[in-house]
Parts: sequence; structure tokens; C-alpha cells
Amino acid sequence: MPEIVFDNVEKSFGAVRVLEPFNLHLDDSEFTVLVGPSGCGKSTTLRILAGLETLSGGEITFDGKPISHLDPKARDIAMVFQDYALYPHMNIARNMSFALRLAKVSKSEIDDRVKRTAELLNIAHLLDRKPAELSGGQRQRVAMGRAMVRDAGTFLFDEPLSNLDAKLRAKMRTELAEMRNTIDKNMVYVTHDQVEAMTLGDRIVVMANGRIQQQGTPEELFKSPVNRFVAGFIGSPTMNFLDGELTEADGALRVRGDGFDLPLPEALATRGRAHAARTVTLGLRPSSVTLDTVPGAEIELRVVVSEYLGAQSVLVTRCGDEEVLVEANSATPIAPGTTRAFGVLTDELMIFDRESGLRI
Amino acid sequence: MLANANRLTPYLFLAPAVAILVVALLYPVGYMVWASFLDWNPSQRIGEAEFVGLRNYVNLLGDEAFLESLGVTLRFAAIVVTVEMVLGVGLALLLDRQLKGMSILRTVFILPMMIAPIVVGLMWRYMYHPTVGILNRTLKSMGLDPVPWLSDGGWAFTSVVIADIWQWTPFIFILALAALQSLPRSAMEAARIDGATGWQLILYIKLPLMLPVLIVTALLRLIDAFKVLEVILVMTNGGPGLSTEILALRISRTASEFRELGYAAAMSNLLLILLMVLTLAMFFYGKVMDARAARIRAEAEEDA
Repeated sequence: MPEIVFDNVEKSFGAVRVLEPFNLHLDDSEFTVLVGPSGCGKSTTLRILAGLETLSGGEITFDGKPISHLDPKARDIAMVFQDYALYPHMNIARNMSFALRLAKVSKSEIDDRVKRTAELLNIAHLLDRKPAELSGGQRQRVAMGRAMVRDAGTFLFDEPLSNLDAKLRAKMRTELAEMRNTIDKNMVYVTHDQVEAMTLGDRIVVMANGRIQQQGTPEELFKSPVNRFVAGFIGSPTMNFLDGELTEADGALRVRGDGFDLPLPEALATRGRAHAARTVTLGLRPSSVTLDTVPGAEIELRVVVSEYLGAQSVLVTRCGDEEVLVEANSATPIAPGTTRAFGVLTDELMIFDRESGLRI
Repeated sequence: MLANANRLTPYLFLAPAVAILVVALLYPVGYMVWASFLDWNPSQRIGEAEFVGLRNYVNLLGDEAFLESLGVTLRFAAIVVTVEMVLGVGLALLLDRQLKGMSILRTVFILPMMIAPIVVGLMWRYMYHPTVGILNRTLKSMGLDPVPWLSDGGWAFTSVVIADIWQWTPFIFILALAALQSLPRSAMEAARIDGATGWQLILYIKLPLMLPVLIVTALLRLIDAFKVLEVILVMTNGGPGLSTEILALRISRTASEFRELGYAAAMSNLLLILLMVLTLAMFFYGKVMDARAARIRAEAEEDA
């Protein structure tokens, strides 16, 4: 259960730099999620940590000891792969016990540990089968079991749920969340799914284009994203972005654009005034738009589509030419085609510099 | 009427192929089988030959020269296939990596396989030449005694084995390499993380996963090794004595030198039966594997 530190780690494949130098500190027994769109470098980061890829510069330390020159087997890690990577020619019991057998653990202890882990994961009845004889969900559990049975210090997960169907994925996500409370280990989890990231992570590291955009708790990322990318990536449905300008009127700072003119709350106005540029992008969470109008903070939207989800509906609306998603209580039916005023919870507004994308 | 015609259509289309098969394959084989029951001299027409029943086969079992030749063939096939498998698979394991110029190297490796066997035989005969051959000249320049490569019975057998290994190891290599490169990458990575050393990775993951391909490869090579003729014909013509007289050579000599066509046909039949057994083994191995895969798939789908 080491404390893992990435110190100026970088990675290039030939002339292509896939990871810009970065620092990252993973505390003991922390569940860290690396999240980002495909090609952002999150899997490469994990594979470097596992020792499956070499780093091009910098160093990784476990409890202060440099480990980047070590073989994967010397790092005391267990890993769950996206395609499960089970050994096709071994039955499930032998798949799970492979590492223990290589480590020359006694037979009785191997049997004991495999049996216990298999029972925990509800795969005890499958131990005699070959991987090809299992369904996707069962294979996923075996892959998980193979990692757990080793009792390694660090667990790595490379998009372990992405090959499952939606229902099974949600189920396994819950099981994982439950499991992480009982296992006191370092876990590093790679995913492109921000819901997985938010539900599982103690700490989330958002990556894009080979750079770490931001790291923090799920709440920090949701409430104070550093830039437009993080704001747009975290949260579901995604944040709406509307181009606008900061204008001063009657002693209050407002953000005005095509089809909206909203006052900014005091703290945000202070930051906005201190900011040099006037051209900004307004960030508006779908949950910040309400059906009840708020005096002085209204926005007129034309409803295009209403996606009924049960208790909630997601309204796809237009503000000028821009699309705006609104999360609304489905008790009030709204016919597509209607144009009406919506309230805006201005305390939840965010503004971003339009050039740099940084949050103001 | 029309329905009838429709049912017959496939057979109509198959007819030309069947006709060719009968003329080109079944007729000669049938001819050979029939000939093996005759006491037949090349100066006779086949109709004039005396029918002797199974006498040729009975004689074969007591024919020391034939049994010796059969022994040479079995020994030759067993040795070359074993050595070629070990070398070919070993080379594939070594060269299964990204290296500069790898594609050129691979092409060079498989060149021997592409040379006509007669040429291979001639080439090795000159290299094995007792005085002007490169091998003995090299030995001499190093101050060692020359080796009677082709003139001593024991050495001659070793020499033809070496030539065959030189020519056919690439065949194993290329198939083993293809098998290796189609193995699931992530399983190897998982094994590395599970703590497998390079050797353990080969022993516990790579070789078992390659096994189906390796078995078929070995069978193909075995069938080929039983039929080898040209290289040995050119290099030693079966000598000295009977030390390198493989079955194909024995058959050829029985027919052309000893002028006993029926007897040669009986030998050919035995060789054919031997090869049939191997081919059927391969065929059934394929069947069994297919059936197993189908059963596993069906079970998995049921569970899913």
C-alpha cells in the first residue's frame, strides 16, 4: 500500500509526445480515477505505472523508492485489463492462482485463497471452467478475482467495465464501490466514463491531450472546475456553454449574449471585474435552469425535444442558435415547440475566458 | 420435373471436378493397388503380368533391405521433425520482437524453403565434397581432420539430416512466428504482472497457446519427411550401403533397377497407408478441435 509519486513523468512514442511532463501524488489507500476522452494518455499513464511501458523521462516512486526501472512483477501490483486478459488455456481456478503458483505459495494456501475470493465474487461454481465458457460478466469477475487473490499492494484497473452492457456495468460499478470500502489498498482506475469516475473515486484526475487538466475530489471538480474542458467533462447531462460578454449595468456586472442577459452574483462579479478580457463563455449546468422563473434572472428558451427519463426529463432547447440542455422535473409536461422563460440559479453560474478556456 | 432438375444441378456442376479427380487421382492409385498384387516386369503389359495375390506384401515383411529402408525413413523423419520443431519454434520465440530490418531478416530466413530440392541436394553435395568442399577445407584450415561427410554410413545419415534441417526449419519458423504474433497481447502482459519470468512466460503461456498450430505444423512436416527423395537422391543416392536409403528411394530403385513393378507398388502402398494414418490423425485432430470450440461457444451463449 505504497504512497505513489509521479515526478515529472513524461512519455513519447518516437516523435509523438503522448504525455507531457506531470506530477501526481497518490496517497496511501486512496482510490484514484484517471478519466478523460480516448487518446488523452490515461491508459498510458497506468501502463507506465504497471511497468508495461517505459517512461521517457522523470521517475515514479513507491514510498520514496524509485521503481521505474523495475519489472512489473517487482512492483507488487495487480491489474484488471479491459479485455480481461484471462489465460484461455487454463481453467478459472488456475487463472486465478497463476501468480500464486509462480510465487511458490503452498498448495493448501492457494486453494484456500482462490476459494475465498471466488466465493466473495460469486464465481465459486465456475472454477473448473475455461474462460471461453463464461459470459462477459463472469469473465469480468474472474479478472477481478485474479487480481484480488494476489493481495498486491496496488490495484490497477484499465477500463474494466467498458466491455459490459449498460445494466451489468451499473451493477459491477456498485459492487466495485462496495469492494473498495472493504479493501484497504491503493487503487488506480482508468475510465472514459465520468459517471464511473464520480461514483468510485476518492480523487479524480482529469486528463486531456496528454496533460492533467485538474485533480481533486468529485465535488471539487464539479463545483470548481479550473477550465472549460473539466467543466464540460464532469457532470451529466453536460454543462451548457454560451458565448457572451461581460457588461456593467446599474452597478452590477452582467453577462450578456445572444438571447440572454443574466446578473452575476457578488463573488463572481468581483472576479469578473478583475479579469481583463470581456469576451467570455458562460457555463450553465442543466440543473441550474429551473421551470419556476426567478425574478431578474431569466432566460428564454425554445424547447426542441423533451427526453422523458422518468422522474426527470432532459429538455433539449435552443437559446438563439445554441443548444441548451435543461434538467427538469417531469411532472410539468412541456410540449416541444413551446418557447418560455426559465429561471436561472445565478449562484451556480460559471464564466470562462473565451480565449484560454480558464474559469474566471 | 423442375424440382428434379434443381436437385441434380449441384451434381452437374461437380461432375467435371469429379471426372478430373477420377482420372488424375483414383485411376493411378487404383492402378498401383492392382499392380501390387502382380508379379510384373516393365517389359510386360499389365495384362500379361501374373497375379500373385498378397505375395508381394508377404515378401516385404521378410525383406531385410526393405525393413532397413523403412527404419531409415522412420529414424530420418523422427529426427528431422524433432530438431526442426525445436529450432524453428526457438527461432520464432527469439525473433518475435520489433527489430530494425526484421522483415528482411524474416525473408532471408525462409529462403532455403524456396529453393528447388534438386538444387539444395547439389549445393550440399559440393559443400560436403571430401577435398574441395567448403566444410572439409574449413576443417583443414583449422588444422582438424577432414570428415567423411557422405562416404561413411553414420556420417552420411547425419549429413542428409543436416541438409533437411537447413531447408525445412524455416517452414516451422514461419508458422510458429505467425502463431506467436496472433497470441493475445494482454494475456502476456497479465502474465508479466502476475510475476512470470521470460522463461515462465514461454513455458506456461506462449507454448500452450501455440500448441494447436504446432501440432498441425509437426504433422505436415512429418508427412513431408516421409516422402523426401530428391535431396537424398542427389547427395548420396541412398548410400553408402543402405545408410541413407529412405523408402521413396528404395521404391524408385525397385522399380527402375530391379525391375519389379509389383513389388515397388506394394511398397508404395505401405508408404501411402502410413501417410494416410498421419493425414487422418491431422484431420481428426482438426475435427475434434472444431467440435470442442463449437461446444464451448454453445455453452457460453447459453450462460450469457
